[in-house]
Amino acid sequence: MASSNKGIQVPTPRFRPGDRPNFDHLDVPQAGGLPKPAVDADSQNLKEFAFGLVRVLNHNHCAIGDWDPHLSSGMLLDGLKSMVLTRAYDNRMMKMQRTKRLSFYMKCLGEEAVAIAGAAALRDDDMLFPSYRQQGALIHRGADLVDMMCHCISNSRDNLLGRQLPVHYARKDLNWFSISGNLGTQFPQAVGWGVASRAKGNDAIACSWIGDGTSATGDFHAACTMASTYNAPVILNIVNNQWAISTHESIAAGSAESFAAKAIGYGIPGIRVDGNDFLAVYAVTKWAAERARAGLGPTLIETFTYRGEAHSTSDDPSKYRAQDEWKLWPLGDPVERLKSHLIVNGDWSEAEHDDYEAQCTDEVTKAWKESVSYGTLEDGPHSPVETIFEDVFTEQPWHLRRQRQALGY
Amino acid sequence: MASMTMIQALNNALDLKLTDDPSVVAFGEDVGYFGGVFGVTKGLQEKHGSGRVYDSPINEGAIIAMAMGMAVNGMRPVAEIQFADYIFPGFDQILSELSRIRYRSAGQYTAPVTIRTPCGGGIYGGQTHSMSPEAFFTHIPGLIVMMPSNPYDAKGMLISAMENDDPVIFFEPKRLYNGPFTGDPHVPASSWTKHPKGEVPEGHYTVPIGKADILREGSDVTMVGYGTMVHVALAAAEEAGVDAEIIDLRTIIPYDVDAVTNSVKKTGRCIVLHEAPRTSGFGAELTAQIQEDCFYSLEAPVMRITGWDTPYPHAHEWSYFPGKSRVMQALKTMMETV
Ligand SMILES: Cc1ncc(C[n+]2csc(CCOP(=O)(O)OP(=O)(O)O)c2C)c(N)n1
Ligand SMILES: [Mg+2]
Repeated sequence: MASSNKGIQVPTPRFRPGDRPNFDHLDVPQAGGLPKPAVDADSQNLKEFAFGLVRVLNHNHCAIGDWDPHLSSGMLLDGLKSMVLTRAYDNRMMKMQRTKRLSFYMKCLGEEAVAIAGAAALRDDDMLFPSYRQQGALIHRGADLVDMMCHCISNSRDNLLGRQLPVHYARKDLNWFSISGNLGTQFPQAVGWGVASRAKGNDAIACSWIGDGTSATGDFHAACTMASTYNAPVILNIVNNQWAISTHESIAAGSAESFAAKAIGYGIPGIRVDGNDFLAVYAVTKWAAERARAGLGPTLIETFTYRGEAHSTSDDPSKYRAQDEWKLWPLGDPVERLKSHLIVNGDWSEAEHDDYEAQCTDEVTKAWKESVSYGTLEDGPHSPVETIFEDVFTEQPWHLRRQRQALGY
Repeated sequence: MASMTMIQALNNALDLKLTDDPSVVAFGEDVGYFGGVFGVTKGLQEKHGSGRVYDSPINEGAIIAMAMGMAVNGMRPVAEIQFADYIFPGFDQILSELSRIRYRSAGQYTAPVTIRTPCGGGIYGGQTHSMSPEAFFTHIPGLIVMMPSNPYDAKGMLISAMENDDPVIFFEPKRLYNGPFTGDPHVPASSWTKHPKGEVPEGHYTVPIGKADILREGSDVTMVGYGTMVHVALAAAEEAGVDAEIIDLRTIIPYDVDAVTNSVKKTGRCIVLHEAPRTSGFGAELTAQIQEDCFYSLEAPVMRITGWDTPYPHAHEWSYFPGKSRVMQALKTMMETV
């Protein structure tokens, strides 16, 4: 008997390079199919949301069903514009990395709605604990592109003094936590922030994002445990973009069919949402935010999406995934979908969209020119060299002072 | 003999052991189909199957704990931690479990696990892709800690690690993966093809655990290091015109104390080097041991050349890295001390 069980079983993705991807196996439910529960619903009664998929935009680009957040055309346009600007920013930075002006870069192509609709559904005083792929939320919160670029090229105006790898932004003024390179660490930290907010009698909540791959870390489970124990006002997002570098989501998922369903064991609501549907992400985040703000506890959201580009500038995805997966992704492109919705509503047009795209390209080009005028990674000026010894402690102890002096400063 | 990069040499070592020992498996994040983010396991899944070389979920603690569980059940797992900076979620499993299992079970259970992990800076990796955390692991009784500095050693040392019955943390200086590096970022990268230690036998051989390599014999001063820093030491001594004896420890725990003591007794002077921060770095241990064993032979205080006691910065990484000019300055001071 034992010999028939021999070997180590490891999940394999359906498609690898050379395969023709086909997503027919994905169960993509109709938009509007799921009801919207009351904000104070018992988590025991929410299990269908952990296995379903909340969708608002249908194939005719109309918003339908209970989850339609009925956003004004102004809000929708703001969201679309942030997505288009984020894409233009990403494209520019990627190009600049290819010419070695940045040491590293990470795009969020295809995942713009996850971060931007999420941020749009929150208050500005809600605290964000992002991973490295939510730059859209930072842009939506109004970060100046020049500031973002100056960080990415570690020049004299980098607010992080050249200490961090590009895209690891930190902006306290925008309630944006310092991004860590160590996966998952921000998840339980967000729980702590939320608990402190409530302890102080505030109603600001915390919101964090990790990837599908990162859901395997201990910190994911720690965050769920703590959030459940302390009924924390926090939104925990798992961005399921199907890949963790070269590793298919099935490696983190194992036999589980839903990341959102992990919430059930912790006794917290888990909701799976179409991550490329701006309205759906907005609505689910808003629901979770109202619940948290009312003292009704945490929500785990799985945003179901697709990583449209390489993991980072350090990998070539054609080496590990089938060509055209992104083109064939059945949930489409979040920018195209929101754009079409606005056009169907009569609030936008192809021509306006093209104009706006061109305007964004100009804006990032201008921002880039201004940014490099404050210095470049290669030639500087950077922050003064002696700043590497600052902020290790509040006060510089003798050993750091000696080391600074040894370096000639 | 074939010319190999350090990546190819490590790959070759894994390939040989996967072939000749059915109890060997290699796994970690992106290790399987992709062959690792630096390509060390490239092609091995295709050759040995996805039951021997495979991807793991992102959980360093579980990777190390699973490797230990497999090892106490008779396997010889080689786990990759994608960057040494990410080993810490597995620190408890290493410190409290893996390193002590032989001791606490009085030898009933042993865990022949090899943990491979790229370390070191010089690639603009910022604070989470640049660390050299070897000192933390040298403070743990029961762990072997190794760091090769060239392809020949890398292969022979990795085979020794995999064949050894104790757990090994095997640090791979990523700046050396594709060529030797003398610590000057402005000098164009050279390749292993032009380096004698880039010549690697294709078959099985070992470089013994605990045996240092004297890279250069000399009489003025002893320079002790491992990994990237031995290349920096060689270049600095040459440029400074100092007749240095340069020792590559290769194994950090248990290190070759005789090689160090004999040399320091001969030269009377010693500089220890590492890229990791200074305070409580392995250089502190070496320095203490040298002054205990060689006190009456020393003509000058032992010096440490190290990274600073700060996180590894991004933009200023070359001000952080203990490069050639810092080493030359130290040599000058050392030789002027009478
Ligand atoms: C603790 C830790 N382990 C490993 C890594 C290396 N690493 C960086 S990103 C990544 C994949 C993450 O995938 P996922 O969570 O799905 O996020 P995505 O990149 O898809 O947004 C890995 C393994 C890390 N940064 N931190
Ligand atoms: Mg992912």
